[in-house]
Amino acid sequence: MSVATVGIPRALAYYIYFPRWRSFLNELGVNVVTSGLSNRQMLDEGVKEALAEACVPIKLYFGHVLSLKDKADYIFVPRLYCLNSKTLYCPKFLGLPDMIKHSLNHLPPIIDTMFNNRYKGFLARRTELAKSFFQLGSKFTNDKLKILKAFYRSLKTEQRYLELLQSGLLPNQAIAVLGGAKNVNIAYPEDSLKFAVLGYPYHLYDDFINVGVLTKLRRLGVQVVTTENLPPGILARQKHPYPKDMFWTFSDRAFRAALHFFREGRVDGIIYVTAFGCGPDAMVYRLIEMESKKYPHIPFMILMIDEHSGEAGISTRLEAFTDMVRRRKKGV
Amino acid sequence: MLKVTFPRMGHSYIAFKMLMEEMGNEVVVPPRPSKRTLDLGVQHAPEFACLPFKILLGTYLETIEMGANTLVTSGGHGPCRAGLYAQVHHRIIQDLGHKVNMVCFEAPLRHPIDFLKKVNFLNSARLSYRAVYQAIKKGWHKLKALDNVERLTHKIRPRELVAGATSKVYRQVQLWLDQAKTYQEIDEAYHESVKALNNIPQDPDRMILKVGIIGEIYVLLEPASNQEIEEVLGNLGVEVERSIFLTGWTRDNLNKNSKDLVTCHEAAKSWIPVAIGGHGQDSVGHTVLYAQQGFDGVVQLAPFTCIPEIVSKTVLTRVSRKYNIPVLTFFLDEQTGKAGMATRLEAFVDLLRRKKLARLDTHPAVTS
Ligand code: SF4
Ligand code: SF4
Repeated sequence: MSVATVGIPRALAYYIYFPRWRSFLNELGVNVVTSGLSNRQMLDEGVKEALAEACVPIKLYFGHVLSLKDKADYIFVPRLYCLNSKTLYCPKFLGLPDMIKHSLNHLPPIIDTMFNNRYKGFLARRTELAKSFFQLGSKFTNDKLKILKAFYRSLKTEQRYLELLQSGLLPNQAIAVLGGAKNVNIAYPEDSLKFAVLGYPYHLYDDFINVGVLTKLRRLGVQVVTTENLPPGILARQKHPYPKDMFWTFSDRAFRAALHFFREGRVDGIIYVTAFGCGPDAMVYRLIEMESKKYPHIPFMILMIDEHSGEAGISTRLEAFTDMVRRRKKGV
Repeated sequence: MLKVTFPRMGHSYIAFKMLMEEMGNEVVVPPRPSKRTLDLGVQHAPEFACLPFKILLGTYLETIEMGANTLVTSGGHGPCRAGLYAQVHHRIIQDLGHKVNMVCFEAPLRHPIDFLKKVNFLNSARLSYRAVYQAIKKGWHKLKALDNVERLTHKIRPRELVAGATSKVYRQVQLWLDQAKTYQEIDEAYHESVKALNNIPQDPDRMILKVGIIGEIYVLLEPASNQEIEEVLGNLGVEVERSIFLTGWTRDNLNKNSKDLVTCHEAAKSWIPVAIGGHGQDSVGHTVLYAQQGFDGVVQLAPFTCIPEIVSKTVLTRVSRKYNIPVLTFFLDEQTGKAGMATRLEAFVDLLRRKKLARLDTHPAVTS
């Protein structure tokens, strides 16, 4: 039997879950390809196919899927519902396979495994996830033992991935290291500025979507920490005065990370990156903004990105913000 | 003393008002959302908050000006944003310097203690639990009467001989129901209302189009948020069937011939198999059912940036093609104007009428 190839779009949840998916599939002898880095052409294709009212990341996802059309036997578009028994994903994640299947033509078969362990107890949480992976695995092999092994291997890979992130790497670097690249930690001078940059993973780590926010900050000599660099315990420990947690995993994480960085007070500035038309974020960034007023000594900025975000505009704002922080730090 | 208010969603305030008053509270009736309501909401809400969030925020601020100090609303646990409205609203309102209570009811079966606590808080008259239960039941009874009357207007308006007659009678009968306080009075007011509406002179021979209205619950239920779309369509000779009523969706709306399709979720199965929050899945299911029942078209109403409706709209394009039922979607925001919407609706109704005439021409035996 020839080896099946599964295409995984390099977008949305890719930045958090790809290492695990790849390791699982590879372990089963499945070949994994990803779409390339986001680019103008993908966005244009996505804009053409997706609903005008959809957010940029969804449009871009459409573009990524289309670019995999002739490169894979299957395309993996999981239905992410809940992975930690508590928080969910944006309703667009919940309906992602449906949007893809019912609006794009001539695609290879879509694998839309559902991952959901909401309200499950301590043990059932794992078994529910395992079930999803079994469903996914059984598309490629009947060997249950092999799937089980792949499942545990994938957990290990994820563990390793999280360790790399917590050591200070950002997702793209960590994924590269897992793939065999050398782990280079950039050394920053003692007195360099340190910003917490927060937001959804696919807003932050997709250089195309955010017109290179992280790269620009690095060039300005600013050291960046993100939610992904924090050990999970820190996030879980953050208390907030609201009756309910944020429903969505990435919003909940961003909100808690903001609370942590404000409270701990060790960063020189905090930037929140949000996308034009993002529904869940509208509920989050205002709360963070109001929270920021309690910490006037930590400069805070919201950066909104959209399909037309100009290079120049973003650069100017980042430079102005960095300058301001630098002057403040020097006490002038 | 508690001065209670709550979101305004269509005529439901009439029933909520009675309930809150019977529990011994002064009620500040939320005014019908106006331009000013929306402006207030837009000014203080995050830019990409959904339209209902903005209108509700505006309503709260207006009722606070009118003296309200307790906001009563409902919650939820995702996946969509509505369940977080209350806490973000409360925080924004506090940030503006107002001290108010926010009482947000969660599903009583999941959170029974929390539910009773909140009931106690609002129970200024110190009624027994039994009496509270009775009051809730009666409120529901009234709401059902209001919903049924509204359904009837949907049938009569397109057939009225004098333009505007139905809306006029409807406004009148709502007052009757508002004033009815006992079961007996409610039933009496209801029967009188039905009679009054049925007495409106109608044209039995008019060609009537049938259009289903689907979408997000708030913009479906509050006419001020959808530019009175039901009235506009009614005046164009369209009988509308709205997919959502607070007192529920009745089984008798279902096509009697299709035994296998029981719920709209089943009808949606092959398109959106799981609940995605809001009414996204329902929108697709209802469209399928409406098509199977021979409706002439469907209108979808969604707030701008409404997440589940964006998903359903993406899928609906193909549903519409497969079932050959035209679907017109409105994404509503603060810029939506009545005139623009009316123009699009007229063109849509024209299209439906031409389609129907063509069908009647080729199958003269089929009459509507
Ligand atoms: S979370 Fe925001 S950006 Fe992500 S898919 Fe949902 S609406 Fe789009
Ligand atoms: S269903 Fe739409 S309007 Fe309702 S909370 Fe969700 S996004 Fe907002």
